[in-house]
Amino acid sequence: MTDIFYGAAWLQYALSGLTIGAIYALVALGYNIIYNVTEIINFAQGEFVMLGGLFGVFYYQTFGLPLGAAVLCAVATVGLVGLLLERYIIRRARHVTVLSMIIVTIAFSILLKGGAMLAWGKDPYRLPAFSRTGAFLWQGVAVQPQALWVLGISAVVVGVLTVFFRTSFYGKAMLACADNADAARLVGIPVRTMVLLSFGLSAAVGAVAGVAICPITLMEYDRGALLGLKGFGAAVLGGLGQFYGALVAGIVLGLAESLCAGYISSGYKDAVALVLLMLALFFKPEGLFGSKEAAGLKRF
Amino acid sequence: MKGKHRWVVSVVGVVAVLFWAAGIFHPVSAKAGKEPYKVGAVFAITGTASFLGEPEKKTAEMIAEEINAQGGINGHPLQLIIYDDESDATKSTLAVKKLIKTDQVPVIIGPTQSDASLAVAPIAEEAQVPLISCAASYKIVEPVSERRWVFKVAGSDKHVVGKMYDYMKAKGMTKIGIMTASTGFGASGREELLRLAPEYGITVLADERYGPKDTDLTAQLTKMREAKVEAIVNWSVGPTQVLAVKGWRDLKMDNIPLFQSHGFGNRKNIELAGGAAEGVLLPLARVNVGPLLPDTQPQKKVIMAYTQAYEKKYNEPVSSFGGHAWDSLHLAVAALKAVGPDPAKIRDFLENTKGFVGQHGIFNFSPQDHNGLSKDDLEMVVVKNGDWALAPW
Repeated sequence: MTDIFYGAAWLQYALSGLTIGAIYALVALGYNIIYNVTEIINFAQGEFVMLGGLFGVFYYQTFGLPLGAAVLCAVATVGLVGLLLERYIIRRARHVTVLSMIIVTIAFSILLKGGAMLAWGKDPYRLPAFSRTGAFLWQGVAVQPQALWVLGISAVVVGVLTVFFRTSFYGKAMLACADNADAARLVGIPVRTMVLLSFGLSAAVGAVAGVAICPITLMEYDRGALLGLKGFGAAVLGGLGQFYGALVAGIVLGLAESLCAGYISSGYKDAVALVLLMLALFFKPEGLFGSKEAAGLKRF
Repeated sequence: MKGKHRWVVSVVGVVAVLFWAAGIFHPVSAKAGKEPYKVGAVFAITGTASFLGEPEKKTAEMIAEEINAQGGINGHPLQLIIYDDESDATKSTLAVKKLIKTDQVPVIIGPTQSDASLAVAPIAEEAQVPLISCAASYKIVEPVSERRWVFKVAGSDKHVVGKMYDYMKAKGMTKIGIMTASTGFGASGREELLRLAPEYGITVLADERYGPKDTDLTAQLTKMREAKVEAIVNWSVGPTQVLAVKGWRDLKMDNIPLFQSHGFGNRKNIELAGGAAEGVLLPLARVNVGPLLPDTQPQKKVIMAYTQAYEKKYNEPVSSFGGHAWDSLHLAVAALKAVGPDPAKIRDFLENTKGFVGQHGIFNFSPQDHNGLSKDDLEMVVVKNGDWALAPW
């Protein structure tokens, strides 16, 4: 009897870790898209997630759209915000160093957070879960259907992005911009358009994460920073630019946090995530799945 | 040369005129009649604790308007100077220093949060300006020898814990698990939960802490279930207390009663939990449950007056936190009315105030007790049909 119960607790921690990890992974993906094309770390990524959740609530509650349509509208709106960020801010600053552009994204994140506070106030908001059924028991473990949605969405997004960047014409063109923007331009790739696309895509992926987690975690205007930080951790741990790396690293981080909370003390769980990140940076700075050679060629 | 000289003179002249005009049109001197009585206030209007600070600010502004509409305090208009500490203890200390040095207020209400109040208490002590905190930690007013100038109107955590443990004892629950946020509020609650448990014959089998921005609490709740506790106490403010309720319901743990701290005392939390909060128990100040109180309850009248005025003006329900602002500002006003804007006299007046009927209880201050409340000023409340109800004992 006792070991069955033990198993249930273990499974419950693992499940909660997987869910948190999938959230981190989705955030990490957004960092990777922009990094792949521009080598910029976009620190407004967490705010895209926050905006995704809040726009989802806005379309669902204020406009009364059906949930599916509200989700799509939210993703499209936040994608547009990403495009505007690139077109009117990043592009104007394109002659400065990558580091300066990263700082520009920090400024933009503060702007988005402040704007969201003015627009939505400081209360948390929630969306209904995507499927109507409540939590169910499986092997003595309570499973939230929404957690499965988050996991499934993460897996699909990773798969689609990998295929897109590896095989499609646009994906390869976008990667070429990061490798060498001048050479890419010489072979006729419209570098500016590619960069613009990467910001839109990354914002949209962030928004997907936002609407997907909103039913589980609620969303309020200042949630973005912490999610952004954890997602950044996952992106670095998995190797910047690696989509599968981000998924695995996100889930490793989530599991580490959850198991630490379960078996040691929840007071230390943030420390576990950061220690993992630091160990990775000390011993394998290119990340778990990054290639050392490729990392050496990057400017940042 | 002469032209340049004339230019300097005219600039000086314009500046002088501007200063003079600023003096003339300064709102203070523009008002006819007696000079205003100042009350300083520091609330967490933005930042993580904004849902506490915002109703406090709104309440304080509403009361100031009411008092001024009725002719002020003994004919002196009430001038309320409110600063936002952005939920940051460092900014709170700056705001209190500014109120004391620049605005020279004779009495300060706030700050909103425990950590900020603990940070500003020594400043008020040193400047000898009475401060009426709106936060809960008992350390804000203890030891009283070091807190001669500091008062607080929020019930101490020991009152909340005492009420909770009384209820558990009455229901025969002795083995509990506690989960607290790693904030000043959570840490203070945890300390009292652990300290008072033996007095009530209660054993704490699980003691979990989590971050104020955590997105999932199922791991902590699972640990509680593994420890086979008979009741769970969650002590936090903000979204995490809703996550605790949702996790508790999703994990099908509703056979184990879930107690929340008084921080849960806002109807928005019930709405956010979306039906999951049914059956959640918490000790609440009477301000939250005004309509449920019997008419013979001495606080009923002031609570209903405040509830109706606030809900009419802001179109949102009252909360515990607005009640703190009501209590602190009305205490300050009572003191100003009795003794005028003299910090030392206000302090003495506050310390000897007895039977002050407020939103959070009937305050009986003394030199040993700068809070004036007891656990009997709370009601045990249960969430029923999406609203508060008095819990059956």
